[in-house]
Amino acid sequence: MVTVIFGLIGLLILGVFLLLFRVQSLVTILRNTDERGGLSNRINGALMLLVPLAGFFAAVYHYPIAAKNFLPEASSVHGKETDSLFWITLTVITLMFLITNAGLFWFAFKYQYKEGRKVVFFADDHKLELIWTAVPAVIMTVLVLYGALIWNRAMMQEPPKNVQVVEVMGKQFAWQVRYPGKDGKLGKYDFRLTNDATGNEFGIDFEDKNAEDDFIPREIHIPVNKPVLLKIRARDVLHSVFMPHFRVKMDAVPGMPTQFMFTPTKTTADMRSQLGNPNFNYELACTEVCGKGHFAMRFLIVVDDEDDYKKWLTEQKPFLEDKPEFKGKGMKSLRKKSVASNEEIKTKKDI
Amino acid sequence: MELHNHGNGAVVDVHAHDHHHDEHEHHEDGFIKKYIFTEDHKTIAKQFLILGLIWAFMGGAMSIIFRLQLGFPEMTLEWLRPILGTWINETGKLEQEKYLALVTMHGTIMVFFVLTAGLSGTFSNFLIPLQVGARDMASGFMNMLSFWFFFLASVVMFTSLFLETGPASGGWVIYPPLSALPEAVPGSGAGMTYWLISMALFIVSSLLGGINYITTVINMRTKGLSFSRLPLTIWAFFLTAIIGLLSFPVLFAAALLLIFDRSMGTSFFLSDIYIGGKALHHQGGSAILFQHLFWFLGHPEVYIVLLPALGITSEIIATNARKPIFGYRAMVGSMIGIGVLSFIVWAHHMFVTGMNPFLGTIFMLLTLIIAVPSAVKAFNYITTLWKGNIIFTPAMLFSIGLVSLFISGGVTGIVLGNNALDIQLHDTYFVVAHFHLVMGSASFFGMVAGVYHWFPKMFGRMMDEKLGYVHFWITFIGVYLVFFPMHYIGIAGFPRRYYSFSTFDFSKSYTDLNMFISAAAILTFSAQALFAFNFVYSIFRGRLAPLNPWGSNTLEWTTPRVPGHGNWPGAIPTVHRWPYDYSKPDADKDGFTDFIPQDVPFSQTPNSNFEHENELIAKQEGKKSDQKSH
Repeated sequence: MVTVIFGLIGLLILGVFLLLFRVQSLVTILRNTDERGGLSNRINGALMLLVPLAGFFAAVYHYPIAAKNFLPEASSVHGKETDSLFWITLTVITLMFLITNAGLFWFAFKYQYKEGRKVVFFADDHKLELIWTAVPAVIMTVLVLYGALIWNRAMMQEPPKNVQVVEVMGKQFAWQVRYPGKDGKLGKYDFRLTNDATGNEFGIDFEDKNAEDDFIPREIHIPVNKPVLLKIRARDVLHSVFMPHFRVKMDAVPGMPTQFMFTPTKTTADMRSQLGNPNFNYELACTEVCGKGHFAMRFLIVVDDEDDYKKWLTEQKPFLEDKPEFKGKGMKSLRKKSVASNEEIKTKKDI
Repeated sequence: MELHNHGNGAVVDVHAHDHHHDEHEHHEDGFIKKYIFTEDHKTIAKQFLILGLIWAFMGGAMSIIFRLQLGFPEMTLEWLRPILGTWINETGKLEQEKYLALVTMHGTIMVFFVLTAGLSGTFSNFLIPLQVGARDMASGFMNMLSFWFFFLASVVMFTSLFLETGPASGGWVIYPPLSALPEAVPGSGAGMTYWLISMALFIVSSLLGGINYITTVINMRTKGLSFSRLPLTIWAFFLTAIIGLLSFPVLFAAALLLIFDRSMGTSFFLSDIYIGGKALHHQGGSAILFQHLFWFLGHPEVYIVLLPALGITSEIIATNARKPIFGYRAMVGSMIGIGVLSFIVWAHHMFVTGMNPFLGTIFMLLTLIIAVPSAVKAFNYITTLWKGNIIFTPAMLFSIGLVSLFISGGVTGIVLGNNALDIQLHDTYFVVAHFHLVMGSASFFGMVAGVYHWFPKMFGRMMDEKLGYVHFWITFIGVYLVFFPMHYIGIAGFPRRYYSFSTFDFSKSYTDLNMFISAAAILTFSAQALFAFNFVYSIFRGRLAPLNPWGSNTLEWTTPRVPGHGNWPGAIPTVHRWPYDYSKPDADKDGFTDFIPQDVPFSQTPNSNFEHENELIAKQEGKKSDQKSH
């Protein structure tokens, strides 16, 4: 019933509008009022000033409310640097935005049609054009140089000897991580060894001795103020490692391992007290569309101080301890198996 | 025979063509020849426009559906079941995979079908012959094929919406392996096959069109229309066609290799994959290679979409400011600059793909260089308004709106182009906000402005101006309300293509802002009904258009109200001057008001000519007397 009433009211309003429209257009034709610079032109001219002004004040009013949730607190060394570049760039572009838009709308308002206005035939001015080619060029140069400096510092450093390596692997639809264990070396892997049924989700090659102490925890733990090197890969489709608080983002690509090195500066406990939020957690998200569960690939990261981290490390058990049946099995045994099964097929065919 | 512009033999050529044309008028073309398989560029342009607009409404409606999911995650979408069917699950929510399908289709439709075919296809076809003074395109037949390939592409893409496994769902960039493996997402089954076939057809359409545009502009300009006298619209369409011709084949190659990977077991883009409980045989391919190929088209595509809109804006702003476009040469130069640079910046979409970080620095440098010609264009538009005498037609409003959106979306490109900042912002809503303003909305405004401006020439009738004003203000305000706050969400780190933001602590804020954006999107989309009504109504019942309603200088306004096949009933007009002689000093002494059309010779305007123009007359007269003495 209600929908019918609403529908009827809607139709009625639509009908009224149509009628008004028809009357309006007929009146326009009769009075031939659409010559230049009529009332409509003045209204549009006024709106050219009023609408942007209203927008400006609304944005200024809303900004402090919105800004509370801007860039989450940066807690990595390079994150502080990119943040400062971000705010500098944002200031520069806000100024550009305001100056050019102000010019655009002010001129639109000021030079709206007026009978007999003397229009200046102003077709070019090389000096002026030179200025507004040079000024953006200089600004861009400064931003490029500053950006390149920070980028190089963040992305092009050789990992130091004491770096903490963590392997992050994306799959549909979860992250998994592997630590190198006491020897500090990750064991080899091969995608052909991956087998969810038997439990070797990483495809670790246990013929490699380095793999024997590798462990697979449920959360990432990393020590504060120590460089961490993420070895990133994916085993099905593209994923992307995104740790918003550390300003870390790097795609996970099947068949092409990538990496990202960063240094966390605040422990989880520090962040909790700083933000006054006892439930705060560092998070790892996926930012490359990967299918149905793309929006739900959450993984927790805990930044410990050195003692807590050491304690956590000692609590971790190597993967092989839980699954001793994998010991010594790797590519060689896989090849043997596949040769055997091939021969089986062959003999069957021969028969 | 059709090379009117070369030398003095032109008169003969024109006559030959006229004769040919007269023959045409003797027999009426049948309905099919006239409206369906037509070779007339104006009808083809209208076909592109109408199909493009239909797609625009469908693409827009899709965005409203997923905006409902994002803005009102608790809301039941049961009422959409009659349209969406099983895309709505038992709990009355949008199916997660279908959310991705909608996002993918929205992107594909808007970028390719609306803003490439609908914009370039419409206005390049309509304006190139009319503004260069040609009877039609170089090849009417190829032009017809171009539309029908687009139509076929549309049919295939539309059909894919009804597949049981859904249409392509891997994002409009269709990165493999997601797009190559049906196990990864159902849309990568038949849906992806349809997508690839549709795009292949679309690329054929766009190449057929592009070759035609280029040939026509180079070879069929009327006498006197040198490149330095071309309207900026034609410059824009010309450069766009060149960019398209050079970049679309690369997408074709990528699509072809992806088809091989999908159905013939090759490994161009696939390697080391374990999915659905088994390891695949693919080894040695590179998923990143696909991204390089895709963005080698994908980035120029941005300018394929944007340049025609900028060209249209240049023409409309100069006309309605009653003032020459400021810095004509700089405008052409910056378009060429943007066109060239657009080919060497593609990898800025790939800063965090694991590409060598040193390459990242190079591409940042090249990317930020593009800001310079773009800034020049913006300044030139603003200066064109300065001390003009502005008439706010709906087309002019949309053009001014375009400049504002172009600036607002452009400046955030400076942030994203900087690779150090892109680490955090890549694939967040900051990117979404950026390209929707600078490429999506700005180009859409250009398209709408073009429709309002050239509607009288297309259909011989005027659109209603007052509806146009209302349409503009709601759309303009609406677009800002949608995309300005979206930057905030991006700065907070909200990732793109997320079905829901409630999984993560860092994206729990801004639920109110997301709701606000969705409401604004609905408002903006609804306002387009005004445009649709105005458009359809005016085709049949609009006021009859005067010959030159905006007081414009270009050649299309010298044709009859509804130009027939061949455009000019008599001889093709000769061009004597550039198209921007608006409000020329002392024009009144020559009997002109505030504009002197391109086909008026300098000899008719002795009072308003500048010194170098008088010299031109003297030279021409010298030539004539030379010939006589021969």
